[in-house]
Amino acid sequence: MTVAVVGASETTELGRIPHLSQMQLHADGAFNALADAGLSVSDIDGIATAGASPVDLTHYLGLEPHWIDGTSVGGCSFLIHVRHAVAAIEAGYCETVLITHGESGRSGVGRGGGGGGAASFASQFEMPYGPMGPTTLFGIGVLRYMKQYGMTHEQLASAAVAQREWAGMNPRAMYRDPITVDDVLASRVIAYPFHLLECCLVTDGGGALILTSAERAKDFPQPPVYILGTGESVESPMISQMADLTSSRNFRIAGGDAMKAAGVKHADVDHLMVYDAFAHLPIFGLEDLGFVERGEAGPFIEEGNTRPGGRLPLNTNGGGLSYTHTGMYGMFALQESVRQVRGQAPAQVDGANVSVCLGVGGMFSAGACIVFGKELP
Amino acid sequence: MSKEGLRPRYAPTPTPDTAHFWEGTRNHKLLLQRCTDCGTVYFPPRAFCPENGSSNIEVFEASGKAKLISYTINHRQHPSFESPYAIAIVQLDEGPMMMSNIVDCEQTPEALVLDMPLEVTFEKVSDEITVPLFRPVGEGS
Repeated sequence: MTVAVVGASETTELGRIPHLSQMQLHADGAFNALADAGLSVSDIDGIATAGASPVDLTHYLGLEPHWIDGTSVGGCSFLIHVRHAVAAIEAGYCETVLITHGESGRSGVGRGGGGGGAASFASQFEMPYGPMGPTTLFGIGVLRYMKQYGMTHEQLASAAVAQREWAGMNPRAMYRDPITVDDVLASRVIAYPFHLLECCLVTDGGGALILTSAERAKDFPQPPVYILGTGESVESPMISQMADLTSSRNFRIAGGDAMKAAGVKHADVDHLMVYDAFAHLPIFGLEDLGFVERGEAGPFIEEGNTRPGGRLPLNTNGGGLSYTHTGMYGMFALQESVRQVRGQAPAQVDGANVSVCLGVGGMFSAGACIVFGKELP
Repeated sequence: MSKEGLRPRYAPTPTPDTAHFWEGTRNHKLLLQRCTDCGTVYFPPRAFCPENGSSNIEVFEASGKAKLISYTINHRQHPSFESPYAIAIVQLDEGPMMMSNIVDCEQTPEALVLDMPLEVTFEKVSDEITVPLFRPVGEGS
């Protein structure tokens, strides 16, 4: 083992602490441990916690993590975090991990603040203004993006059109009939600027993956699909508190770490999946991963670069907009990357040797990226 | 925006670190926090600066001036709102972003122009909670 504990502390007080919320207890313990280690919050690049969401804690403390663990399986969760942190540090995912606990078990102040409870920041500072889930919030930065970069409603709609074209080649896709930009813009407005066809499906379904060592992987019936690189991060439980409404910090961190770990350049990538709950996500994904410059993704999609026959096949199952979207769609994005690299996709991309799969969690609250390859480097 | 026949809007539960903010809005003051070490003005409220972790902070009253950064216009039914209504992000002149609603203004893309100047106004939700809302400068004041 190459990993050690360098800071440790409990909260300043114990017993009855009715003047601190649960999140404040997390923070108090964290700052005491940082002081014990002679570190500041900016030294922390990995975060693990249970009870609270690592997203809430990241935003609350002002962190910018490259590794997170929210394993929450009861009182031993923090031991598990230690074990995961050892693996993460040894793997080079991060250097300095903070693990926190805070619980207002007696006074019950701000309990449940991590999961959208009445005392959470999101409940206090977003809920009063009438949000109704992702349709009303996920796209709240889109108008700002459009003003900043001149993206048109037609370009946004073209993301849905391109994916429907892929869905048309996929017998399992829920919606397969071709659509035009005019069809998208004529569909009902759900939450301006989003029309119905720019919002994901709502379906039932599921999936699973099985992983083993690369060494053993050669002895299985299916061709191995190697994991070349990975990345993860979290930013804020509130979309209104994103550092930049036109770009996801999580996409940049997770994508950057995954591509770097994989040692692949953009030109090496044959196939791309970007979790598309709404039509702007492929646009943010293309830019935050660095496939195009900021502001160029709308024209890039409109010109057909991500369609069948285009130079960067994107969301080739039809995506959340046309294939399926159960709610936590990430599993389906992973499945399509695996199918493509195996050479078994319904809309197979020729020579799909390297596939990048970018996922989102919440409404830009979390992000993760996996680079898959047919060959080990 | 909360009209007759609609349920009052959601009233949040303050916590010890946010209580001063909600006490401020109850008195029609928009309170922010500033780090006295690095000068960062931040929101939502915390007992330390989210830039550097310093607990050398002060509470001060914001100007109430803001501009419209972005929004969606929800067309579905909500028990507390008359649809369609805009859910907006505004940037306070002091820097921080916050979610709010834009009142005294048509809830249309034509009327809700990005970067338009706004000023804070307050709406009482309950005895404890008053929420900050924003209206175009010069309208209804």
